[in-house]
Amino acid sequence: MEMYRSHVMICRGTGCTSSNSEQIAKNFEEEIKKHGLEKEVVVERTGCFGLCALGPVVIIYPEASFYSMVKPEDVEEIVKEHLVKGRIVKRLLYAESVEENRLKALEEVDFFKKQVRVALRNCGIINPENIDEYIAFDGYKALEKVLTKMTPAEVIDTVKRSGLRGRGGAGFPTGMKWEFASKSVNDQKYVLCNADEGDPGAFMDRSVLEGDPHSILEAMTIAGYAIGASQGYIYCRAEYPIAVKRLGIAIGQARLYGLLGDNIMGTGFKFDIELRLGAGAFVCGEETALIASVEGQRGMPRPRPPFPANKGLFAKPTILNNVETYANIPVIFNKGPEWFASMGTEKSKGTKVFALGGKISNTGLVEIPMGTSLREVIYEIGGGCPNGKKFKAVQTGGPSGGCIPEEHLDSPIDYESLAALGSIIGSGGMIVMDEDNCMVDIARFFMDFIVDESCGKCTPCREGTKRMLEILERITEGKGEEGDLDKLESLAKNIKNAALCGLGQTAPNPVLSTIRYFRDEYEAHIKDKKCPAGVCKELLNYFIIADKCKGCGICAKNCPQQCISGQPKTPYTIDSSKCIKCGVCMQKCPFKAIIRK
Amino acid sequence: MSDAAMKENMEKLEDFIQKHKNQKGALIPILHEAQELFGYIPEEVQKRIAEVLHIPAAEIFGVATFYSRFTLTPRGKHTISVCLGTACYVKNSKGVLERLEEELNVKTGGTTADGKFTLEATRCLGCCGLAPVMMIGEDVYGKLVPDDIPDIVKKY
Ligand SMILES: Cc1cc2nc3c(=O)[nH]c(=O)nc-3n(C[C@H](O)[C@H](O)[C@H](O)COP(=O)(O)O)c2cc1C
Ligand code: SF4
Ligand code: SF4
Ligand code: SF4
Ligand code: FES
Ligand code: FES
Repeated sequence: MEMYRSHVMICRGTGCTSSNSEQIAKNFEEEIKKHGLEKEVVVERTGCFGLCALGPVVIIYPEASFYSMVKPEDVEEIVKEHLVKGRIVKRLLYAESVEENRLKALEEVDFFKKQVRVALRNCGIINPENIDEYIAFDGYKALEKVLTKMTPAEVIDTVKRSGLRGRGGAGFPTGMKWEFASKSVNDQKYVLCNADEGDPGAFMDRSVLEGDPHSILEAMTIAGYAIGASQGYIYCRAEYPIAVKRLGIAIGQARLYGLLGDNIMGTGFKFDIELRLGAGAFVCGEETALIASVEGQRGMPRPRPPFPANKGLFAKPTILNNVETYANIPVIFNKGPEWFASMGTEKSKGTKVFALGGKISNTGLVEIPMGTSLREVIYEIGGGCPNGKKFKAVQTGGPSGGCIPEEHLDSPIDYESLAALGSIIGSGGMIVMDEDNCMVDIARFFMDFIVDESCGKCTPCREGTKRMLEILERITEGKGEEGDLDKLESLAKNIKNAALCGLGQTAPNPVLSTIRYFRDEYEAHIKDKKCPAGVCKELLNYFIIADKCKGCGICAKNCPQQCISGQPKTPYTIDSSKCIKCGVCMQKCPFKAIIRK
Repeated sequence: MSDAAMKENMEKLEDFIQKHKNQKGALIPILHEAQELFGYIPEEVQKRIAEVLHIPAAEIFGVATFYSRFTLTPRGKHTISVCLGTACYVKNSKGVLERLEEELNVKTGGTTADGKFTLEATRCLGCCGLAPVMMIGEDVYGKLVPDDIPDIVKKY
C-alpha cells in the first residue's frame, strides 16, 4: 500500500449515505485534486462509525479529528484549512470530542470510552470494497492458520473454548452447533449466514455487512472447513441494497484472490459462497423458514427435529449462524479463544453489538463487553433521554423481547439476566422510551407487527395473536374491560406453549413484560379511560386555551364535525361530545391555542 | 408501461430465467428480477416462469403473495415508504404516515387516483439514527415531523 500523510475517512454507512455522504466524498476528491494533494492525502469510504445521529461523519487521521454533520459545502473549508494549512476546523468538530481547546482521542469520548470493538473492529476503519485493506488488518490470516495448521476437530474445539454463543437471538453455543453438523455424515453439507435482520429498529448486522463483508466470508469458509461443507449461502434482506452490493464485490474479490473457490490458498480445500435475497418476511429469519426460502418456497417454519444439523438445506446437514456470530470468528483464531473468553461474564462471553435508538441522545451502534449494565449503556454511552425528558423503559429483543423499567437498569447485560427480567438480548435492538411513550400502545405496536408477520401455519399463533391484538386495540381505544389483563395473560400462556416456531413462542413477551412492569398504565386505560402518556388518540380530548385564542374562527371552519363554536374575536370552544379527535383544528390554528390531553 | 418497454423487459427477464433456471431454488431470485424490471409481477410473467421452471402457476402465486416485497398490481410513479420500525415508531412516525394519508388522500397500501404515489408502511430502513424516516423512491428523509410533509410532497 502507498503511504499517505493524511487519511480522510468518510462514512458510507446507510445513515450517512442517506444524508449525502457520497457527495461529500466526491467533493473531497475534487478539492484534494485542486490543491494537488492526491499523493499525500487519501479519501476512504468506510462503513458505519456508530454515531449515526451525528452524520454525515468524517474522520481525518492522524489527528483523529471527528467532524460531524458535515455538509457538502463544508468540504472546501476543511481541505483548505485542515489538509493544506494544518488548522482543524473547530466549528465542525463533534462537540464532545473537544476539551479545553484540546482534541480528545476518540477512545476518550464518552460514546466510545466503554466500547470494545471486536465484531465491529474494522467498521469505519477500512474500505469495505477493497480486499487489500481487509488483508492489511489481519484479514484471512485466521483462515490461513485454520487451513494449514489445524484439523476440523481442532477448529471446533477452539470455537467451543471461546464460549461464543449465537448472536441472532437464541444464544446457542456456536461450537456445539458446528460439532453436531460435523458429526453428520453426508456427501454434501451447507453453511448458511442469517443476514435477514428482521428486528425492526436494529441494524447491527447491516453495519457489519456494509463495513466489513470479508470477515463474514472468512468465517463462513472456516465453518465450511470445520463441518466439511463446500457451499455457503448468505441470506440477506433485499432492503439492504448497500450490503448486497458490497457482499457481491467481496465475493468477487475473494474468488479472484483464490480465497473462495476450488483450491483455497493452494490447500485443495474447496468452498464457495452465493448470495440469496430475502423478500420481506420476518419469519424467514427463523432457521427452518430461512432454509425453505433459500430453496425457493414460501418461508414457513417446520417442526424440529429433524434439526438442520442433520437435515437442513436441500435435506443436507446445514449450519446457520448470524452475521455478528461470524464476525467474531476470525478474531477468536487470531487472538485465541482464551482472550475472547476473558471478556464478558461466566456464561456470556465476549462482546455484543447493540443498535441504540429511540429517545436517546446518542443514537447509533455500540459494542460493549457482555456484563456491562444497561445503565452504563443508556446513560454513559447513550447520554440518556434528550430534551430533559424522563426515562421510562428500554426495549430489547424486538418483537420477541420485553420492556425493562428504570428500577432494573443496573442489571448486567447477559443472556440469563435479561431473560430473568422477562426480556432477551435478542439480536441487539435497544430502543429507549421516555415519559411521552405509552406502554400499552407499544405492546399494541409489537402485537400488530406479529399479526402482520405470522405465517399462519399454526392456530395458536395465527388466531391467538389476533385475539391479543383485538384486546389491546380495545384498551387503547378506551373500550377496555375489567378482566382484559387476565385474558391477555392466559392467551399469552397458551401461545407460548403451543406455537410451532420461535415467532409465536416469543410473541407475547412485549405484552407480558409491559403488564409486569406497567400494570398501572394498563389500568389507567381500562378503568379511568385515560392515557397517562397522552398517546392513545381516543382517550384524549381537545381543548382551546382561552388566553391564547384570538377568535379567528379558522378551527371552526375546518372542523369536519362542526363541533367548534364561538363569536369572532372571542375565545372559541369545542363540544367534546361530538368531537371525533381528528386533530385538524389543532393543526390549523395559527396561534397554537388548541391542546390535546 | 408502454408495449415496447413491456416487450423489452420480457426479453430481459427471459435471459435471466434462462441463465438461472437450473440453479437450485431459482424461483425467488427470478421473482426479484421481475419485480425490479416491471415494478410488479404481471400475470403473464407468472405464467412464463411456471412454464420454464415446471412449477404450477398456483405455487408461484403462493410464493409471490407470501413475501411482502413482491406485488401483483402496478404501483404509482413514486413509492413513499414510511418506516414503522420501533425506533421510528417511538418517535411518532405514525403521525407522519397519517399526515401523508391526509395530504395525498390515500390509505396506506393504496395508490393515489392520479397514479403518482403509492403509500406504504415499512419496517426499519436501517437508518434508525435519523428516526423517524421515510423514503420516496431512493431519497431518504430523516428526523421528520408531520408538518414537514406538505413541502416534501410538493417536490415530486
Ligand atoms: C421469528 C424469528 C426471526 C428470527 N430472525 C432472525 C434474524 O433476523 N437474524 C438472525 O440472525 N437470527 C434470527 N432468528 C434466529 C434464527 O432462527 C437462528 O437461531 C439464528 O440465526 C442462529 O444463528 P446464531 O446461533 O449465530 O444466533 C430468528 C428467529 C425467529 C424465531
Ligand atoms: S408460530 Fe406463527 S410464525 Fe411460527 S409457524 Fe406458527 S403461525 Fe407460523
Ligand atoms: S379534533 Fe377534529 S372533530 Fe374534534 S374539534 Fe378538532 S377538528 Fe373538530
Ligand atoms: S383557530 Fe385557534 S385562534 Fe382561531 S378561533 Fe380556533 S382556537 Fe382560536
Ligand atoms: S452510518 Fe455513518 S456513522 Fe453510522
Ligand atoms: S426503525 Fe425506522 S429506520 Fe430503523
